[in-house]
Amino acid sequence: MPYYEHTFIARPDLTPQQAQGLAEDFSKWIEERGGRVARVEYWGLRQLAYRIKKHRKGHYVFMVLDVPKDLVAELEHRERFSEDILRHLTVKVKELPEGPSPMLAGRGRDDRRR
Amino acid sequence: MEEESKQETAAPERPVEPPTVVIRRPFFRRKKASPFAHKDAPKIDYKDVRLLQRFISETGKIIPRRITAVTAKEQRALAKAIKRARILALLPFTIQR
Repeated sequence: MPYYEHTFIARPDLTPQQAQGLAEDFSKWIEERGGRVARVEYWGLRQLAYRIKKHRKGHYVFMVLDVPKDLVAELEHRERFSEDILRHLTVKVKELPEGPSPMLAGRGRDDRRR
Repeated sequence: MEEESKQETAAPERPVEPPTVVIRRPFFRRKKASPFAHKDAPKIDYKDVRLLQRFISETGKIIPRRITAVTAKEQRALAKAIKRARILALLPFTIQR
């Protein structure tokens, strides 16, 4: 089945555990329907580059999915109506990215002196 | 009457050859090497904020190829990655002075 990189940003007033809980709920929901969640990464509470719905920070969660496309559509549909998720982005990828994403490998910091 | 007008049009018969002007080479540009040329170059990824930053200006705009000396293929991939990073608020759309 095609691979997808799915990222979503949760509201900052959630606790990190709640944010990861969201990801677990999605994973369970996907696995029940025969999809597979290859990897879940929690990038933490990060400063947003611009305000989204008046929030300045957000919990970033990154997931690598191996699911058919209708599951992705359903997942995004649910996220659109969820109060806790500010934004989500799904990208189709050719093969599974190996190793931690650059975000965890320390290349996620905006290190320019500004 | 007819005779005269015909004769008149025939007068400027001499061939007009194009002016020969030597065009000085206006702007010589050495082929700069692309930062992604060597084999273990970083992969262009919308999540790699540190890499993408090097290709946006102070005001957050994507730097043109002629300055970063990147190949066309890499520039397209960079632009796509930067736009995705902006959607995820990893990179700003614009930075005020």
